[in-house]
Amino acid sequence: MTFSPELEARFADLLTHYPPGRQRGALVPMLMYAQDEVGAVTPELMAELAKRLDVSVLQVDEVVGYYSMLHKKPQGKTHVQICTNVACMLRGGAELYDHACKKLGIGHKQTQASGVFSLEEVECIGACSWAPAIQLNYTFHHEVTTDKLDQLLEGLQ
Amino acid sequence: MSNMVKLTINETAVEAPAGTLLIDAAKLAGIEIPAFCYYEGMSLQAACRMCLVEIEKAPKLMAACVVPVAEGMIVRTESPAVVKARKTTLEFLLTNHPLDCPVCDKGGECELQDMVFKYGAGESRFTEVKQHVPEKQWSPVVFYDGPRCILCYRCVRVCNEGMGVGALGIVNRGVAAEIAPSHGDHLECDECGSCIDICPVGALTSGAYRYKTRPWEMEHVGTICTHCSNGCKTTLGVRNNEIVRGNNRDRSGVNGEFLCVKGRYAFDFNHHPERLQTPLLRVNGKLEEVSWSRALQAVVEKFKAGGKAGVVGSTRIANEEAYLLQKFARTVLKTNNIDHHRSGDVVTLLDSLSGKTATLGTADDCYNAKAVLIVGADLSQQQPFLANQIRANHRHHKAGIYVATPGAVREDKIAKASARTADGNWLPAVESMAEKLKGEKELLVLFGDSVKGEGVRKLVAFGESLGIPVKYICLVDYANSRGAMDMGLLPDLGPGYHAVEGAPGLTLPQMMAATDLDLLWVVGANPLARHTLASSKAFVVVQDLFLTETAQRADVVLPAASAYEKNGTVTNVCGQVQRLKRGVETVGAKTDLNIIGLIARGMGVNLGKVDADAVFAEIQKTVRGYNVPLPVIVTGGAAQTMPVNGRVPSTVLPELIQSSRDTLFTTGTLTRYSKILNEVMEAPGGLYR
Ligand code: SF4
Ligand code: SF4
Ligand code: SF4
Ligand code: FES
Ligand code: FES
Repeated sequence: MTFSPELEARFADLLTHYPPGRQRGALVPMLMYAQDEVGAVTPELMAELAKRLDVSVLQVDEVVGYYSMLHKKPQGKTHVQICTNVACMLRGGAELYDHACKKLGIGHKQTQASGVFSLEEVECIGACSWAPAIQLNYTFHHEVTTDKLDQLLEGLQ
Repeated sequence: MSNMVKLTINETAVEAPAGTLLIDAAKLAGIEIPAFCYYEGMSLQAACRMCLVEIEKAPKLMAACVVPVAEGMIVRTESPAVVKARKTTLEFLLTNHPLDCPVCDKGGECELQDMVFKYGAGESRFTEVKQHVPEKQWSPVVFYDGPRCILCYRCVRVCNEGMGVGALGIVNRGVAAEIAPSHGDHLECDECGSCIDICPVGALTSGAYRYKTRPWEMEHVGTICTHCSNGCKTTLGVRNNEIVRGNNRDRSGVNGEFLCVKGRYAFDFNHHPERLQTPLLRVNGKLEEVSWSRALQAVVEKFKAGGKAGVVGSTRIANEEAYLLQKFARTVLKTNNIDHHRSGDVVTLLDSLSGKTATLGTADDCYNAKAVLIVGADLSQQQPFLANQIRANHRHHKAGIYVATPGAVREDKIAKASARTADGNWLPAVESMAEKLKGEKELLVLFGDSVKGEGVRKLVAFGESLGIPVKYICLVDYANSRGAMDMGLLPDLGPGYHAVEGAPGLTLPQMMAATDLDLLWVVGANPLARHTLASSKAFVVVQDLFLTETAQRADVVLPAASAYEKNGTVTNVCGQVQRLKRGVETVGAKTDLNIIGLIARGMGVNLGKVDADAVFAEIQKTVRGYNVPLPVIVTGGAAQTMPVNGRVPSTVLPELIQSSRDTLFTTGTLTRYSKILNEVMEAPGGLYR
């Protein structure tokens, strides 16, 4: 599998950030940058990174499944992730998620036919102090209310 | 490390070596801290939270499985907060757990059941519908039921660390997290079933055992695996005279809980429909079913008639049977024409170690030796348990592993140095590692069949030249390959490797090639799979479980009992004697011991009392090194033998020594009759790249 020269350069640099023998630590950023270029974490991509970092494809799969920022299928132009884990749930995360479903007309792990938005209900994204938290692509938004969500989404139409 | 730490657990003063985990310290003091993910010998996971305890001055409950003891620590394992936390943990674990205990294989031996019974809350506050995903089959033997899984990672760790295979992982997150197999929807692995064995709940179940019985309806019979030479103790689960399970959860025997695919599943040959149950006699050129008395009479007549006789013994029959067979051959048939399929040059090894002490390696040494050198053997394929010991040695003690093999092997991954050998010439590869080896404190050398004759002497000389203590294990193929030699199934050497009286007899190939052989008696072997019998007039008597190539040529075929159907002893590759215990019976078959005794009786000769204990008593008296303490083996232990310490006057050519190079999924003729082994043969490669 080939990547753009820019991405290859980025990979090469990344690998120097880890102590010898621990290059596998670069897996998460490599997956993320490669996903941005390829559009999704495809089986081919997983096999390629497994080979480069000398880990098994299953180990790559474990990582991909764990991080909600990594996707095996292409997402909408804006990927909306809403946390409904305990801290967020207590502060209205579940309502937020229901609201988003209605507003976007799609459910968990679905993408609008137009390809504009995709939606996902996620576990804790590590922003509990500012619950309820959501993520639009790589940007976090804190203490989100239904009104604030409406504004955010409308701004991205 | 040796300084002791004083602490208090539940108002009791406890002392434990520094570095001890709290959960182990409590165990030493007889206090149980419940745990799911903690597993002795595996890496720490701290995933299940079942082991939470209260530690004074700690701000919250702590996981006892990862906290080391500290001076003055005050621990409570049964305080109200701990009790409540445990109940809650269990309540969480049961959120989506199906509670289908009445139909779950694990019901009755499930750790989750036991924990809920002992510590749990009888009620759940969850009213939501349980998440369900369908069960998956990953291989002929491994099934996974996701909803039952408590995500303890035991299976993942045993496969990664224990087996060195790494075929299991955890994918997804939160409520969707589940175990996944290496190849998308299926496994390509050793199929050892260790993951199933170690699973605390019924999430992983075995294709061989599932839905066959309730655990409490089985009898449990501890005996020795009949496949390879490693001599693993296996506890057979027997129901209605059928073996339905093999495991070793009680960790008795040399192997602890380890079993490979053959020990765990390949007992099914025992119930194969082609098992012989009636004696066969050649009448008008065709094998016909006859009664035992008629078949035995035919044998007795021929044996009495005399002539040139040859006897081929087995690498799987018990020591008692091998001993009695050679005694019969030498004293009744008056011949030294007796041999068996030899797979390792134990004879030359014993001879070259003459006069030295503490130079024979054991299974324990594989786990404890500071360094291990493997010469010319694919251990993970051919000696699964010894390979497991060596992996554990590397994991727990950081042993230095050195590999000199013709091809890539699994041990390369953990080796300090690996070298490839060409055309069976292993010496240069071994010598290339000499400097590194000299830096080790001690060495255990395991060698396969490419090291034989002069080669063994060279290897021992090489070991000497290192200037460190060296022990050796000569690898052999089958469950009693070692015992067959110790008992004297050899044309030139009798029991205990003493030179035979009179001229040495014919070797196995010589017997096959002798055109004037009158009588061939084959007990539990299949020489005609590799040789042709030159003598067309030879009257052939075969004792076996199946109608093998050799049995098809026989004039009389006597149906024999398997190792799982007899009492006796076998000797493993390291020279450790262990006891076979009868678990089942096949109607119509008799043990080889019994058959030999009946033939002797028919001929009117007295071989002494023919029962396993009596013959073993004779072996103890007459075979050097076998005077082992009976209580050790009677209680299921392994007793080390040293059958000779002196020159061994062997006359046999080393060329006769040839391993069958079995894989993980084969051992000679026997495994052809294992349905399970034939099903899982999809990946006999073993490196799983
Ligand atoms: S059967 Fe053995 S090798 Fe296969 S996944 Fe389970 S533990 Fe790993
Ligand atoms: S399958 Fe069994 S051993 Fe593996 S994580 Fe689940 S409960 Fe633990
Ligand atoms: S390693 Fe050998 S003795 Fe042990 S279970 Fe496997 S085949 Fe049987
Ligand atoms: S619970 Fe939502 S960010 Fe942690
Ligand atoms: S046993 Fe301690 S967290 Fe599982």
